[in-house]
Amino acid sequence: MRVLTKKKLFQHRFFLFLVLLIVSVTIGLKNPVFFSLSNIYDILKSSVVMGLFAVGVLIVIISGGIDISFTAIAACSMYVTSKLLLATGVTDSLVAAFMLAGFTGLLLGIFNALFISRFKLPTLIVTLGTASIFRGFMLAFIGTTIVNNLPQSLVRFSKLALFEQTLPNGEIIGLSFSIIILLIFILFCWILLRYTILGRGIYAMGGDPVAARRAGFNLTAIRYFIYGFAGFISGLAGIIYASMMRNANPFDLVGTELVVIAAVVLGGASITGGKGTVTGTVLGVLLLVIINNSLIMLNIPSYWQKVAIGLIILAGTAATVQRKVTERQGKLV
Amino acid sequence: MKRGGHLFRLLLITASIFFTMSFLNAGKFLTVQNFTSMSFQFPELGLFALAIMFSLITGGIDLSVVSIANLAGILAALIMTRFISPDASGLPALIWIIIAILTALLTGFFAGLFNGLLITRGGITPILTTLGTMQLYMGIAYVITKGPAVYGYPELFLSLGNGSIWFLPLPLVLFIITALLVGIILNRSRFGFNLYMLGTNETAAKFSGISINGMLVKTYMFSGILSALTGLLMIARTNSAKADYGSSYLLQAVLVAILGGVHPSGGFGTVSGVVIAVFALQFLSSGFNMLHFSNFTAEFTWGMLLLVVMVINYLMKERTN
Repeated sequence: MRVLTKKKLFQHRFFLFLVLLIVSVTIGLKNPVFFSLSNIYDILKSSVVMGLFAVGVLIVIISGGIDISFTAIAACSMYVTSKLLLATGVTDSLVAAFMLAGFTGLLLGIFNALFISRFKLPTLIVTLGTASIFRGFMLAFIGTTIVNNLPQSLVRFSKLALFEQTLPNGEIIGLSFSIIILLIFILFCWILLRYTILGRGIYAMGGDPVAARRAGFNLTAIRYFIYGFAGFISGLAGIIYASMMRNANPFDLVGTELVVIAAVVLGGASITGGKGTVTGTVLGVLLLVIINNSLIMLNIPSYWQKVAIGLIILAGTAATVQRKVTERQGKLV
Repeated sequence: MKRGGHLFRLLLITASIFFTMSFLNAGKFLTVQNFTSMSFQFPELGLFALAIMFSLITGGIDLSVVSIANLAGILAALIMTRFISPDASGLPALIWIIIAILTALLTGFFAGLFNGLLITRGGITPILTTLGTMQLYMGIAYVITKGPAVYGYPELFLSLGNGSIWFLPLPLVLFIITALLVGIILNRSRFGFNLYMLGTNETAAKFSGISINGMLVKTYMFSGILSALTGLLMIARTNSAKADYGSSYLLQAVLVAILGGVHPSGGFGTVSGVVIAVFALQFLSSGFNMLHFSNFTAEFTWGMLLLVVMVINYLMKERTN
């Protein structure tokens, strides 16, 4: 049985990979610019923030929860960090910026975990509430104006590039350094889920919390880790987003949470918990980012974008459906 | 009994918000003008919350409500702006308005039907189905309008969102009628009874001979029609329709429903709870507004309110155990 499920998951990832390949080749045939180095760099750069979010969301979803507060955490972390760094004059240290953003995210994530763990409230309810608490608090008490003069460290970070080269037309292209941070977290998460007891615990909790507790897993500790980690990674994603945008706009990011969740589920994670892989998630994110970035290359007007994304979510999830509708796992959120 | 407890506590909290705001805004909160303006504001959120309640009771969720509302609103808006000349009045205008309204409601019907079929025949979980159709319906609305807003409707239609009967604002009247109808469907009909059973225990529901697929399709159809109705109200109030209006309504409506005692894993939820919850949110929002706090203060307190109420529920339950 276990072998069967594993095979199925592999098949899903393979299927997703094929779709990604077909989409890429189609776009590339229509418009060779798609396979140009600068476009590939662009797509990778666009995947960083969504990819970081997705890694956090993946762990939450595997554990049987759902988090819709991560964009609010990211917005909050990036805004608080930018303001604090400017106010204290620590504008030169990139480490300080990342530490502060990650720490803010971690704190907010632990706030989520507190309610989920201590009061045993459904994760959807808690994160629904905290999403409006975090965002409301930031906009009501910290500020609503866009920070346009980001700390120097973040401006420098946004210019940091790998494999820099000058094109014949004089344009300098390079791969955004932030991709390294995404890769580190992808690797971390892959090892965590595959080779650690904690990872086993996360899967076990999503599969059956009662059985997981009987098997000796400390569910409280695991929950604090999951939501703390999701918060931490969202905080980092927030500050990277600010550096890419060259400003910190407190109204950004919130509203994109459902698309990230869609990418993770497209990647084969089961919304009822217990299933999901890092490779699948990466493929899901890439697919959505490519659709988002490249429709224009097919001469498809951008207002078709949402239709395409909607259809892909439906087709992608329908493909993974267990055929027996009667086995529909009733409780979904 | 447990549900009664939640409702009673929610009522107490809402009443205390009401009195606090009346006290803090002495002379401004307890005025006819304030009540009139609140009655124009809350029905949209309230209707969305009622729409979402249907799916939540079955243990699912409908995330496509706002997209359906916008799509339906845009189709109605296009009919009214294309076929009614600005100086037209009387019967021809009235007929086209009725056609526009019916088109919108039919849009809601078919959008809900499509959701229901994807869930039952396609076997995709409700949250993913409606996550997809949310994008899809919004996308169709973008494709139809190519982006810009559609505006300029006949006066007669605008009165639906801005007019009053005697002293009752029409949106309020519409909300009251809808809430009563939903209440009757949930509490007095076979369908309502089965809906709660389906949400509480799907296996038991199946063995009692209910057609679960039929029930689910109807649930999402109801939700779609209610959303379309809300869409009509939105465009009538603002005199404009656009693909991405009111997207913040979605999570707010889920918040209202849950605050009102609807449980996201199904089986629980009452119209009265949802109505009280939407009042609580509106009192907070209007009250803070009068105190010259930004609307974000209200957003902050809404989240706090949700968590506080849920924690109190948990503690009460623990004490009785």
